[in-house]
Amino acid sequence: MRPARTAANLIAALLALVAPLTGATAYEVEEERRFGTPEADRELHILSTTDTEHFQPLIEAFLATRPNVALIYTVASSTETYKAVAEEAAPVDLVISSAMDLQMKLANDGLALPHRSDATLSLPDWARWRDHLFAFAQEPAVTLLSRRVLDQLPAPQTRQELIALLRDNPALFRGRIGTYDPRSSGTGYLFATQDARQSQAYWRLVQVMGGLQPRIYCCSGQMIADLKAGDLMMAYNVTGSYAAAQLDPDREGLVIALQDYTNVLLRSVLIPPTARDPDLGRAFIDYLLSPAGRALQAERTGLPPIDGAALGQAPHLHPIALGPGLLVYLDQIKRQNFLREWTDAMIQP
Amino acid sequence: MAARRPMSLRRRLFLQMLGVAAVLSVALYLTVRTVAERAAEATQDNILAASATAIAEAARAADQGILVDIPYAAFAMLGAVSEDRVFYRILANDETITGYEDLPMPGPGGAGPAYLTSPYRDTVVRIVRLNRQLPVDGRPVDLGIVVAQTRLAQDAIARRVANVAAGLGIGFFLLAGLLGGLAAQSTLRPLRRLAGAVSRRGPSDLRPVDHSAPSELQPLLSALNGFIGRLRAALDRTETLIAEAAHHVRTPLATVRIQTEIALRNTDDDATRRTLRAVIRAVEESARSAGQLLDHAMVSYRSDHMDRGPVDLARRLSEMVHSVTPAADLRDIDLHLSGVDQPAAITGDEVLIDAALRNLLDNAVKYSPADARIEAALAPGDGWFWIEIRDRGRGIGEAGGAELATRFRRGANVGDIVGSGLGLSIVEEVARAHGGRFSLENREGGGTCARLELPRT
Repeated sequence: MRPARTAANLIAALLALVAPLTGATAYEVEEERRFGTPEADRELHILSTTDTEHFQPLIEAFLATRPNVALIYTVASSTETYKAVAEEAAPVDLVISSAMDLQMKLANDGLALPHRSDATLSLPDWARWRDHLFAFAQEPAVTLLSRRVLDQLPAPQTRQELIALLRDNPALFRGRIGTYDPRSSGTGYLFATQDARQSQAYWRLVQVMGGLQPRIYCCSGQMIADLKAGDLMMAYNVTGSYAAAQLDPDREGLVIALQDYTNVLLRSVLIPPTARDPDLGRAFIDYLLSPAGRALQAERTGLPPIDGAALGQAPHLHPIALGPGLLVYLDQIKRQNFLREWTDAMIQP
Repeated sequence: MAARRPMSLRRRLFLQMLGVAAVLSVALYLTVRTVAERAAEATQDNILAASATAIAEAARAADQGILVDIPYAAFAMLGAVSEDRVFYRILANDETITGYEDLPMPGPGGAGPAYLTSPYRDTVVRIVRLNRQLPVDGRPVDLGIVVAQTRLAQDAIARRVANVAAGLGIGFFLLAGLLGGLAAQSTLRPLRRLAGAVSRRGPSDLRPVDHSAPSELQPLLSALNGFIGRLRAALDRTETLIAEAAHHVRTPLATVRIQTEIALRNTDDDATRRTLRAVIRAVEESARSAGQLLDHAMVSYRSDHMDRGPVDLARRLSEMVHSVTPAADLRDIDLHLSGVDQPAAITGDEVLIDAALRNLLDNAVKYSPADARIEAALAPGDGWFWIEIRDRGRGIGEAGGAELATRFRRGANVGDIVGSGLGLSIVEEVARAHGGRFSLENREGGGTCARLELPRT
């Protein structure tokens, strides 16, 4: 496993070096890997914001029954992924992204091919938009608290309690709070805007965090790493699936899903109109949503599959529904205003 | 070429009703569709207008100009109703400040919202435009809010409604067709009753039709009665004429014959006697022809207006044989009758049957040589009675029996015997009028076998 991955990373690095020279891709690729045998005569190209290692088990299982198929998995940021489809008409067969609003905009602007099957119809309403956009993973936006905090203080259950905790212990938290930067991260912007929509408490929390010289992050991974390292006491709005897997609750810290509400992010997939082999893309979607695919996803990838029943039992978990409401925060004026307000509150001199 | 029969009244009435029903069904279909589509469009327009209003109300003047903070609900409400794609465009003083710059829009519609259906990108959208004036730095700014949505949900409603409307139209058409058929049936019932009443009448019933009929049928009824009256008068005249003719022809002929026979008896001159015998023969021929012509006229008339009743063939045959016995005796012909012990009942016109039998027996006697034997036999068959008259005459020669039964046609071998050629055609006509058969064959060993078959009751 280890050497294979190293080799793969090496190849990906080489490819990343070569790609800009050939000019094949104008959007910024973070990683690219090819799966499958060299003699494969069909190729499925996936452009994704999800790290390759999360998807590898699913890809290998999908290819296991299709020896004639090769799969190219390209990782890019959510904005680059959106740009690739919306502006550059990249010839990829599937687009996978956690930036729900951007995915929604692609589908709404007619940049998704329809697909209807038993698998897609089995999705709950909020996890599917028409026959164009399909969610396959639900990930709560959680709060992480370091064990060093929990050793002294009780874990907060709501935002009110979290605000009180921060306000009452400024010395402990000053300079040691982390959160997503909505200006550079699509996921961070989505979490922040959905928070602002859900509750007035969010702005007060931002106010309080802003007073404690917060650290702004681009990605969940870095926040988790810094928390583990002890540089952060608290991290707000972290993608839960990564955190739960990496954090030792007894020694490092706790993953908390706040009880007043916890937004649940949906990772979604669509077939762009520029797909070279859309039917292969449809087959991959069907596999992803099939019972076997879901079971493997739950077990091996750390990405919780769509499960309406589980959400029904936890009423504080609010899935961000796929729908035109998501388009509101993509409006240029709306975005500028929101970010200005957020920056004013969060970055205090 | 036969003229095409005009369409039946019932069918004509029914088809006209179907035509009206079809037109009404199509009208119903179109009406339901139009109304429902208008309603669906109005619903979508209302939601679009609500969305645009929500955006317009959230707009406010700010330091840099106008601040349009699109409320989440503005788009979420569109998504809650249908999964249609959403586009928007916001303008300040006719300049796009955010949204889809290429989105088409209706002209400014005054105070209320203006609507437009237009193709956009790869689809067709319903567009609403709402205008609002906002004071910025003391100067009013025209704010235009344009919200558009694809029409998938509306099209789905339209499809469903079209199906319902089509079902409604077809159902209406079928019901109207059924009721139309019943109506046509009941409208024409008096006519059928009248026809039934007229056709049920007996052949000699020429009374005026006294039948209560709707006013539309009164002209037909009075015309029919007028016609019946004229027919009755004509028939009366014909019957009178026949009787007169019989009387006027037969009586003088009988007188001539008696006088000639007296003259024959009173003269000894051979030449005169030969002449007188020739006269008698000619008179006989004329009387017979006259009788047969009258018979034939009677048969022709009666077979069209048969007076049906129970007829015992055994009795008729016996009587007829009896009536020709004197003529047969004159020439020492032996008449042998068989099969008349049992009654043989059929339904028919006794007068006609008598005429047929009389002609057959007459023929047999006439064409038999002296001292010959004639057999008249009656026998039951399977569903039939048949009567055979067998003689030892000269047969029917080369001509077939069917040909001889034609009117005025005589065999090629009968030149020396008095005859009109009407006898067999009378028999043929009677057989046909009773649904029976008549055939004529040469017998083995010479002579003729005439066979008349009549159906049992």
